[in-house]
Amino acid sequence: MTKLAQWLCGLALLGSAWAALALAPPGLQPPGPLRQALLPLPVYLLVAFGCYSLATVGYRLATFNDCEEAAVELQEHIRAARADLRRRGLRL
Amino acid sequence: MAAPGPGRLSVLLPTYNERDNLPLVVWLLARTFSDSGIDFEIIVIDDGSPDGTQEVAQQLEKIYGSDKILFLFPSGTAYIHGMKYATGDFIVIMDADLSHHPKFIPEFIRKQKEGNFDIVSGTRYKGNGGVYGWDLKRKLISRGANFLTQVLLRPGASDLTGSFRLYRKEVLEKLMEKCVSKGYVFQMEMIVRARQLGFTVGEVPISFVDRVYGESKLGGNEIVSFLKGLLTLFATT
Repeated sequence: MTKLAQWLCGLALLGSAWAALALAPPGLQPPGPLRQALLPLPVYLLVAFGCYSLATVGYRLATFNDCEEAAVELQEHIRAARADLRRRGLRL
Repeated sequence: MAAPGPGRLSVLLPTYNERDNLPLVVWLLARTFSDSGIDFEIIVIDDGSPDGTQEVAQQLEKIYGSDKILFLFPSGTAYIHGMKYATGDFIVIMDADLSHHPKFIPEFIRKQKEGNFDIVSGTRYKGNGGVYGWDLKRKLISRGANFLTQVLLRPGASDLTGSFRLYRKEVLEKLMEKCVSKGYVFQMEMIVRARQLGFTVGEVPISFVDRVYGESKLGGNEIVSFLKGLLTLFATT
């Protein structure tokens, strides 16, 4: 099953469960407070996911390592490499 | 070409206009491997560079010996073409522009032995992996794109667009048959297909030093094609 298919299945499952409970005809409705919380649930979840995404990307951006020593080391290695290659006869 | 030995490593280096960087990369590779006692060969596949990369590669072949360096003219996909000549059990794919440092290759090998992994992928996003030379905007795009990829593809690897990896030779051959995309998306597709086929992926933190020479571009076009590629993988794998 492709990822897209998995998502569609998952959304269909959750969507129909939500619709069955939240949009049920008057006789089959769950109690008042539960129904009040259920109706806006999809929007709440979307907003919660949006916040989670922002927080996660923000955190990862802030903790993205800067490899200063790697850059310095590379410059040294380049110097050594060029000197040695010249010795070995490479025309740079 | 030399006879294959146990645990020999083939490095595939596709190049385009790397006249300045190629000798440096080859020198670093040769030194890393001789320091670690690793049997190796380097296969340079040049895509018709107009800047003299070919001449430099041929000079290097003379200096290091043609059992250590092989230069190939372009013919179809660089990796597929290069693999035909590879005699190693393991293949390392990396960039030839010094953004990837060969010093990590012994760590890839160590990790591979540790978990008997089919693929070892260098990651910029975990442990003490990281990047040098990126501004905030570039880092944000990178982290944002990676987050989207993780959510949509749940790939089981932290750095999907990285191109510094070690593969078992048979695994790379199998994957090259199946992968159809190019560029960033190709690297992503390799990992996604590998997981589909039940191959194991290990990770090693690496540092990515952005372009010492030359220019690096991440324009709107690249972002759009990345998103298209991501959505295609999402819908087809």
